[in-house]
Amino acid sequence: MSQIIDRRLNPKHKSAVNRQRFLKRFRKQIRKAVSDAVDGRSVTDTESSEKITIPAKDLSEPVFHHGPGGRREIIHPGNKDFITGDRIPRPDGGAGQGGRASNQGEGMDDFVFELSRDEFLEFFFEDLELPDLVKTKLAKEVTHKSVPAGFAKDGIPPNLHIVRSLKEAQARRIALTMASRRKLKELEKTLAELEEDGADEETRRDLQKKIDLLKAKIAAVPFIDTLDLRYRNRIKIPKPTTQAVMFCLMDVSGSMDQYKKNLAKRFFLLLYLFLSRNYERTDVVFIRHHTVAKEVDEEEFFYSRETGGTVVSSALEMMRDIIRERYPSQDWNIYAAQASDGDNWPEDSGNCSRLLEEEIMPYLQYYAYIEIDNDYPLGLWQEYEKVAGHWPNFAMQAIDEPADIYPVFRELFKKKA
Amino acid sequence: MSEKKPITTSSEWTFPLLERFDAEIARIAEDFGLDTYPNQIEVISSEQMMDAYASCGLPVYYHHWSFGKQFLSIEKNYKRGQMGLAYELVINSNPCIAYLMEENTMLMQALVIAHACYGHNSFFKNNYLFKTWTSADAIVDYLVFAKNYISECEERYGEEAVEEILDACHALMNYGVDRYRKPPPLSLKEEQLRQKERAEYLQSQVNELWLKTVPQKLSKTSESAERYPAEPEENLLYFIEKNAPLLEPWQREIVRIVRKIAQYLYPQRHTKVMNEGWATFWHYTILNQLYEEGLITDGFMLEFLETHTNVVYQPPFDSKFYSGINPYALGFTMMRDIQRICQNPTEEDKRWFPDIAGSPWLETLDFTMRNFKDDSFIAQYLSPTVIREFKLFSVLDDDEEEELEITAIHNDEGYQEIRHQLSEHYNLGNLEPDIQVYSVDARGDRSLTLRHYQHNRRPLAESSDEVLKHVYRLWGFKVRLETVDPNGKVKWCVECGT
Repeated sequence: MSQIIDRRLNPKHKSAVNRQRFLKRFRKQIRKAVSDAVDGRSVTDTESSEKITIPAKDLSEPVFHHGPGGRREIIHPGNKDFITGDRIPRPDGGAGQGGRASNQGEGMDDFVFELSRDEFLEFFFEDLELPDLVKTKLAKEVTHKSVPAGFAKDGIPPNLHIVRSLKEAQARRIALTMASRRKLKELEKTLAELEEDGADEETRRDLQKKIDLLKAKIAAVPFIDTLDLRYRNRIKIPKPTTQAVMFCLMDVSGSMDQYKKNLAKRFFLLLYLFLSRNYERTDVVFIRHHTVAKEVDEEEFFYSRETGGTVVSSALEMMRDIIRERYPSQDWNIYAAQASDGDNWPEDSGNCSRLLEEEIMPYLQYYAYIEIDNDYPLGLWQEYEKVAGHWPNFAMQAIDEPADIYPVFRELFKKKA
Repeated sequence: MSEKKPITTSSEWTFPLLERFDAEIARIAEDFGLDTYPNQIEVISSEQMMDAYASCGLPVYYHHWSFGKQFLSIEKNYKRGQMGLAYELVINSNPCIAYLMEENTMLMQALVIAHACYGHNSFFKNNYLFKTWTSADAIVDYLVFAKNYISECEERYGEEAVEEILDACHALMNYGVDRYRKPPPLSLKEEQLRQKERAEYLQSQVNELWLKTVPQKLSKTSESAERYPAEPEENLLYFIEKNAPLLEPWQREIVRIVRKIAQYLYPQRHTKVMNEGWATFWHYTILNQLYEEGLITDGFMLEFLETHTNVVYQPPFDSKFYSGINPYALGFTMMRDIQRICQNPTEEDKRWFPDIAGSPWLETLDFTMRNFKDDSFIAQYLSPTVIREFKLFSVLDDDEEEELEITAIHNDEGYQEIRHQLSEHYNLGNLEPDIQVYSVDARGDRSLTLRHYQHNRRPLAESSDEVLKHVYRLWGFKVRLETVDPNGKVKWCVECGT
């Protein structure tokens, strides 16, 4: 006797707890993998999940088993031309197994799995040591706003629209009684004619009966029915936000090595995340510079190397020009993030602060500057400190590791919270 | 041929159709004399199937990161289409729980019902290993108990502490089975009642043991005192549960839980070929019967044959798909072969199997299913016909020789040898290193000595060091692992702990 049960509606993800346990246990490895992944992914790519690779040896579950060596006899199927006593050379690399697919199941391939977007961001934020409030704000999906959107057949009593409902009821009553009323009219007319003609009692009584029946039928149509009810409807639409442009400025002179660039990348990524949460559309402009500035795409921005001196003002000039040409400040919220190791041509630093104070800062929402590895703050740092004194929306920070990045934005995140 | 109308011609399944098929299959199974537990057939989605997979197919299991790892890799392979999920999963319980995936076609559902609900089910109920080592009535209750107990421990002692014990136990899981003793049947209530008593009692026992063993005199005469344990113990987890000096009662209980579950899973590892062979034989026989009675159409039959052929395909050793002998193929072929020997024995069969050639096949197969496990089954029933069909050959790999040697092929001289070697290959005693508790230095530093009795000079793999760390974690004092050659000489030794 069998019993058949439909379990499809039972909760799935019975293994969710086990998955969390797994992520927790290999936190260290996953963090490293996430960190590597950030180096490899685009600044504007904050929505996709990520493939994480962990070396197999880190998560092996050891058991006692035989190693290669010793003497053993193995049976295989599908003999073609071997005969007893044949001697064949030991295949390479297959100590013991005769080179054929191992049945020990001890492959040392790396363990690869997908981290969801949320999990990925969580690890990324952890790397940056973001405060929880900021984390939730950044990880949040698009916010919605509820707006009126006509009428609906379902709803809650407070949203009932009475006039609309009664209109519906009236229409229904008219529609449902139309045929009967037309017939009634005819019958009444006939009756009146019969009465005038003085027809016999029985015919008139018959007619009267039919008339009564029709009247009852019309009366039986309810005045209002549940299907007449109309409710005010509201729908959620994405919160209307405006557009922002983010300028990424980076020094690519010889002294900026890949480590510094990767650190800078996290800085840009964090700002981008912030902007993409707060604005419907976010443009990114990459400007790299050594002695001359150049607008480039992301690939070139992070991965090409140049040598030579450093003139920071060239980048600032270019940014100013781009703002004038393409991003009028009445239409765009303009943010800028600059990363550098502090090197600058000494005579140029004054230019920079002048450019910033007079031609750039008035149009900007926020300017964030990080200086990587500045053991000896140079001219640029000092000039920028002056700018920071005059403009509260100018933030600067010297950083050595990813955890130092967040404080640059502290004010920014606080303001919008 | 069609005495009846086919049950359905659509490949979509519905619940009424499932019931109808189940009823027909049950009738046929009964005609063939299959003795089964009642069935509980559960239809699940592919995500749920992945969940079930990740926890060894058990319906309820405690939480552990390794199941999460398992799940992630299954999910990845499945989503990328590198791996299909099994069509079914069946649990050795009473009632026998079988999972059907909702994606299956009607024919597949029928096949799975025949395979799992009547094939595996009757094997679980009647094979001597399962009868001896598992109690199908109590397992679900026990798993519930285990899950609750472990999550209680996590609340009380922290996830990490529990995880540490579980990790260590999992490393020794294969060495947590009794091979020669019958475990008492358990039920949820009994288990909960007895657990507390047991914990207290055990702890007092252990204290007493160590009180007794505190060195009284430093005289050398006590050296000759008897060894502890008096006899070597092959169930490492059992020994640790009963004797590890420093474990808390709850830790002992966790060791016990892992050990019990290992014991429950133990017969499955011993009967892979037989169990799958038996179930495949029956789905094949039952589906053919359905076809003969006109209950399924030609189209169904074609779909069935295609699936079945894939299931019992054995790639040759030089194929890129080769990964050892396919238990479905070997088991099915041998079961069919026994049926053939009973029905149409050749002269050769009569010489090799005088006692079954020409006997009634149903009875003979039934006897086989009840009384064997993989190695004895092969040793008894692997016939020259099957050896020829698989073109089996035997390769000797000796690290003292330059080259590999072909020691036997599928000819008259080779049959016995191949049968013997293949049977050895399924003997778990040979597959896993033979490691036993040898002694405890009860009068000295309380160190635990494990001995690996070497067979055919085969060494332990490198991971043994890691496993030893887990043993040390459980034992709490120094742990030594010695490899002993057949002459009793210690060849190699590794220690862990201080």
